[in-house]
Amino acid sequence: MPKARLATVSLAGCFGCHMSLLDLDEALFELAELVEVDRSPLTDIRTMNDCDIGFIEGGCANEDNVHVARLFRKKCRLVCAVGACAVTGGIPALRNNIPLAELLATSYLQDVVDPGIPNDPELPMLLDKVYPIHEVIRVDHTLPGCPPSAQAIALFVKQLLAHEPVSLPYKELHYD
Amino acid sequence: MRFVIDGMTIEAQAGDTILTACRRAGYYIPHLCFHGDLPAQGNCRLCLVESKGRLLPSCLTKVTDGMEVASATEQLHTLRLRLTQMLFVEGNHICPSCEASGNCMLQALGYRLGLLDNHYPQFFPRRPLDASHPQMILDFNRCIQCQLCVRASDQLDQKHAFVVAGRGGEAHITASSSNGQLGSTSFAATDHAAGICPVGVFLGKGVGYVTPIGERRYDRADIAQAGDRNA
Amino acid sequence: MTAAQGKAADGKTIQTVVRTAMRRCGTGRDALLAVLIHVQRHMGHLPDEAIAAVATAMRLTHGEVAGVVSFYAFFHQEPFGLYDCRLADNIIERHAGNAAVQERLGTLLKGGLGTLSTTSCIGLSDQAPGALIDGAPIPSLKDDRLEQVVHLMEKEIPVARWPGSLSRVKPNVRRADRILQQQAWQGEALRQAMTQGAAAFLEELELSGLRGMGGAGFPTARKWHSVREAAVTERVVVCNADEGEPGTFKDRVLLQRHAAALFEGMTICGWCVGARHGFVYLRGEYRYLLPILQRKLAARRRAGLLGQGILGVQGFDFDIQIRLGAGAYVCGEESALLESLEGKRGVPRPRPPYPVEAGFQALPTVVNNVETLSAACLVAVHGGAWYAAVGTAASRGTKLFSVSGDCSRPGVYELPMGTPLQELLQLAGAHRTQAVQMGGASGALVAPHDFGEPIAFEALPPGGSVMIFDQSRSISGIVHNFACFFAHESCGFCTPCRVGTRLQRDLVHKFTLGHGDAADLSELKELGLLMGRASHCGLGQSAGRAVGDALQYFPEHFPIASPDAFVQLETALEQARALRQAGGHTP
Repeated sequence: MPKARLATVSLAGCFGCHMSLLDLDEALFELAELVEVDRSPLTDIRTMNDCDIGFIEGGCANEDNVHVARLFRKKCRLVCAVGACAVTGGIPALRNNIPLAELLATSYLQDVVDPGIPNDPELPMLLDKVYPIHEVIRVDHTLPGCPPSAQAIALFVKQLLAHEPVSLPYKELHYD
Repeated sequence: MRFVIDGMTIEAQAGDTILTACRRAGYYIPHLCFHGDLPAQGNCRLCLVESKGRLLPSCLTKVTDGMEVASATEQLHTLRLRLTQMLFVEGNHICPSCEASGNCMLQALGYRLGLLDNHYPQFFPRRPLDASHPQMILDFNRCIQCQLCVRASDQLDQKHAFVVAGRGGEAHITASSSNGQLGSTSFAATDHAAGICPVGVFLGKGVGYVTPIGERRYDRADIAQAGDRNA
Repeated sequence: MTAAQGKAADGKTIQTVVRTAMRRCGTGRDALLAVLIHVQRHMGHLPDEAIAAVATAMRLTHGEVAGVVSFYAFFHQEPFGLYDCRLADNIIERHAGNAAVQERLGTLLKGGLGTLSTTSCIGLSDQAPGALIDGAPIPSLKDDRLEQVVHLMEKEIPVARWPGSLSRVKPNVRRADRILQQQAWQGEALRQAMTQGAAAFLEELELSGLRGMGGAGFPTARKWHSVREAAVTERVVVCNADEGEPGTFKDRVLLQRHAAALFEGMTICGWCVGARHGFVYLRGEYRYLLPILQRKLAARRRAGLLGQGILGVQGFDFDIQIRLGAGAYVCGEESALLESLEGKRGVPRPRPPYPVEAGFQALPTVVNNVETLSAACLVAVHGGAWYAAVGTAASRGTKLFSVSGDCSRPGVYELPMGTPLQELLQLAGAHRTQAVQMGGASGALVAPHDFGEPIAFEALPPGGSVMIFDQSRSISGIVHNFACFFAHESCGFCTPCRVGTRLQRDLVHKFTLGHGDAADLSELKELGLLMGRASHCGLGQSAGRAVGDALQYFPEHFPIASPDAFVQLETALEQARALRQAGGHTP
């Protein structure tokens, strides 16, 4: 059986979901039998081929995140939102009910040495709020958890490859 | 008196609602705004069951002898899933940072229903914290408007410390004092109202995250087995 | 109003105002709404001090009073300046060009002269665009009339001194039949009913086939019978004059010109069921009708038609009070209306028990609308068979229709039940009609292939509001207006309606912008079904109906956009771009 191509990316997340994937330890070898990793922070490959599965960790906080999410949608047959931030916006979304100007002023101008909001044109502009992935692109599957456990990720991948409905045992389904 | 739910025959006493009879018999019907010590009001709609093609709130509907009721249908499963997702997107339920995580009935319901996403766009409302009380913080970001605290304070504590204000999307629960602050009411951390919240609005000051992850109520078992957090 | 606002700072004066209000409106909990309305009229708004004073005087908690104040749209906690201008913003008013009014008055009132807000329908759709300015109805607010209003406002002339022509509301009765041709009964109908005896009259009522004309269509005789049979000593009659369905205004005409029939109908009901108390729950938008209604009630008391020993019959005591609403569509739902009548937030009650078992203050209560109670006089005078001779098998008699929108003769039409919609459209002078919304925002959106259908309980909803839209109108725009309406008017009690109406509003909005995709479309359908099946009351249950009809009959108005239109990136970046252009975000 040819290996499925898997791309992964971390947007407005903490890389915790990627860490969790690495927690598979020796089971990673088993996973490597099933998938070929394409663009991913794990491979450090920056270009992207057409893939079977795309894992997105984190929500969309800035312009660049939106472009990457759209690229994943274009290149991947199945796009999966992985982890609490991708699914709901998560911790970064705590900013969402605060207007941007107020938010940046509080972070960069008040009670700090050398106040000034970073404004390099190279920096991607922030969105008005942090969007969960399903509000930016259509998502095929979601895996909640902060992070989802290594076992949950492995099971999730296996179910996707077997075209089975995603279903997690009680102990593996959690939102924190 | 007897009735049948999902093919099972359950004994009921005179005046029982479907939900109370099922609870006594140990048969779980999802619910959030119901509490055994208070009159039901039927606003969360999670306990809807089907009888003769109509959906009825089981917390308000009296059992009639021989009635046939369905609760565990696929259609009702989807409906409850959507209602739970609605409650998630309406507030700011950031489970990873919530003190009530693992002990939250909304979350537990999500687990029971196999909820994997919020389905709808999130509202991300701006809601206030009320830290005016010496023993308790109210974090309304998690409020699901079950009104249990309002009813408990009215009927069990006789303090009328909470009210519902506003309308529609603006409807919210607030302390009943002239400045809207809990610290200006006669509420005490030992009140029934303090322990009746199914989610995580009521947070005791000076304590938090006491139970390790993995050992919390709904880490250990499904809500049907583990029971209501506020029971 | 401005002079009165000075009192807000003075605690003692507030207490005087509250005391006067309670003397006039009552001291019980059920008087709360009336007391608040009175206090607001005298102070201009309801500051926290006023809420505190009312709470203390009425022995309620501050939160209880504040909870009621914040439920009703017509209460405001902030001063509104010299003019409180509420512009009707229903789709009919939008099509009639209320945007121009909004712009003109908005600019003028900015800076403290007054407050411009929008409200849905104020019962003036036949002479749109309209507004309520300090409670006074100002119909046909365009061209010269708009300029006249602007001129008066610029000179800061109080509304009370504006020329009467500005607030003259045309009856616009286009076709009158039995109900609108009734004489101003002075006890004749009541006497006829009494001659028959209550049991025989109820039989006539049953024979007449009279059903609730508010839209629900519950058999009137059955309702009256239940209340009459209740084993209690106190019973209540309530007239639902909270006609809040967008596009309806027939009760405006009935109340303004045929109040005698309503009061006589209520008295017949009171006699028949054995009630001593009657209430008219009058929508806040119709406050301007209050003086005329009060005068008529006073005249009937003087004539021995209300009060003690009516028509000289010992023990026949019945009187009618008018209670004002304060801007909440949901109070048209009968159990929410009863809550409101008890001075509470207008949240619909669980049913059962029904109002006939436990209504106003848990007493058996008949709740009927204005038209139903007026029609009861006809049954008393002419008998049930006469009444039933017109209409269809399931929908007897005639019915009033409020016709508005794209037609040359908007107004009130009284037609036999079962009249095909097409006939009404012809009478109204409607051309190139694309769609008709029947029965208000909660009713059905009817497409041309159904114009031949009869208007009756068993066919096209006969609620009374008939809003006509020609080929030039955007269907998604129309249902978006309704979706916004429901999101605004949901009481917030139950999950599917409180959350679902907002989700629906935002999804329909996406389609009006051309951004909706296939998944959004199926989502909208699912949402409508969910609200319809799971909601606590009729508001939520019907909130998705017009949208559902639009999707079914006018799919071409909901084109599917490409998936990239999903998040509007440029909109999401507006704040950041503005900050960047402001130059480096430096302090």
